[in-house]
Amino acid sequence: MAKNTSSSAFRKIDIDQYNEDNFKDEEAEQSVPTGPDEGDVCAYLNQGRYVDALKLVLSNAPLGSSDQQVKDNALALTLKVLLAIKSAQIEEAVAALSQEDVDILMKYIYRGFEYPSEGSSGHLLLWHEKAFSIGGTGSIVRVLSDRMKV
Amino acid sequence: MAQTITFGDSCAPITCHAWNKDRSQIALSPNNNEVHIYEKEGNDWKQTNNLVEHDLRVMGIDWAPNTNRIVTCSVDRNAYVWTQGEDGKWTTTLVLLRINRAATCVKWSPMENKFAVGSGARLISICYFEKENNWWVSKHIKKPIRSTVTSLDWHPNNILLVAGSADFKVRVFSAYIKDIEDQPGPNVWGSKLPLGQLLAEFPNTQSGGGWVHSVSFSADGNKVAWVGHDSSINVADATQGKSVIKIKTEYLPFLGCHWISNNSIVVAGHSCIPLLYCHEGNSLKFVAKLDNTQRKESGGLSAMKKFQSLDRQARIETNDTYLDSIHQNAITAINLYKGSKAGADKFSTSGLDGQLVIWDLRSLEKTMDGLKIV
Repeated sequence: MAKNTSSSAFRKIDIDQYNEDNFKDEEAEQSVPTGPDEGDVCAYLNQGRYVDALKLVLSNAPLGSSDQQVKDNALALTLKVLLAIKSAQIEEAVAALSQEDVDILMKYIYRGFEYPSEGSSGHLLLWHEKAFSIGGTGSIVRVLSDRMKV
Repeated sequence: MAQTITFGDSCAPITCHAWNKDRSQIALSPNNNEVHIYEKEGNDWKQTNNLVEHDLRVMGIDWAPNTNRIVTCSVDRNAYVWTQGEDGKWTTTLVLLRINRAATCVKWSPMENKFAVGSGARLISICYFEKENNWWVSKHIKKPIRSTVTSLDWHPNNILLVAGSADFKVRVFSAYIKDIEDQPGPNVWGSKLPLGQLLAEFPNTQSGGGWVHSVSFSADGNKVAWVGHDSSINVADATQGKSVIKIKTEYLPFLGCHWISNNSIVVAGHSCIPLLYCHEGNSLKFVAKLDNTQRKESGGLSAMKKFQSLDRQARIETNDTYLDSIHQNAITAINLYKGSKAGADKFSTSGLDGQLVIWDLRSLEKTMDGLKIV
């Protein structure tokens, strides 16, 4: 009989590291994206140019960044924009986006569900509905399959 | 329009299927270690043979039309070449794949003198017959494949091979075996063609994402189409500097793609409906959904229906589970039924719902408004 069957620590050992031809990710040498500029986004929000603010955060999303702090900052900023846009204007805002941006928006919506605040999930569900009507299930699949996380 | 065939009483998913030359027989695997051969008798399909040699699930079947040989590959890391004796019985010939992971896909070369097997061992075995020992030996293409090979297709010149892989890349290799064939001349993909030479490599997305489910060479061999798990459809054209056109669709991911003319591609997958796309110049355009079936009105709850639904979908309620399509579950394979890649008239799809559907493109072209296959 094996003695120590209750311990599951062995499951956490990375056995692949002992494999000589272990799969390693290609490190794409890119300029490190720093995410959208907070000042610009806030300026747009103050002027009431919500769609421009949305486009700005989505097109500057730090997708390739490996710095979690940069991603979290961008997420906070994007959520701020998403929650600032009124329910009635969501459809119009989504319609103004390119297909690429809708995919990124969908990633932020799912990320947003991870950090709920007062009333945010309901609002994000509305965003989800509108983004889904443009991007379809393909857009959701790309949130799951893409390795460029927001 | 579309003809639906189910085989026997089994509701098991069809993993893959392959037709013989005159389409009077079909080999398919009901998602287990067996390969069933059905023959057409009148309007019925009758099982004539059951090829049992594999120990584990069969992943790929291909039927060489002219030499009438079947090759199968399986999760048990083996492949077998089946030849039919005069008594109608199929016998196997051993294939030395030399792999330590499951074999995932297999394709005869156009001249049927060799075949390629993709595997989870991150390599492709190119197999050819060795008379002295009466077995098939293999040579490996290893570099730079970094994950499971999911799909293969041969170039019409019998030399080049395209492989899609779970490392998010599509690669074109030379599969020239100097022991059995003459030195090939240059072509649009490259001029130096030793075995394993990488002639092109296309990432499915720049950063990785969406492994490749299916690849297909066009009839002239100048274009490669593939579909990935990011619901995208891609075409790379060697005559246009190997440039890639990619469209991200709004559908669930596609599992199969096939050229049906030099510019048209049929794709099908988790959405259960085959779609037609057209490659023109620098764009890839949606043309039509090839299945406009309306939802079936369910006529009460019969015992038959109840158990059928229990078997197929693991649920008892029959209401509201029908999809607006002929296939009721994901389509996993597309094959040509009539015609060639340069101009197909009919193609067949099989899927997880255990159905095989034959689609008549010519009659679809007549009945559907605005459908023109170029």
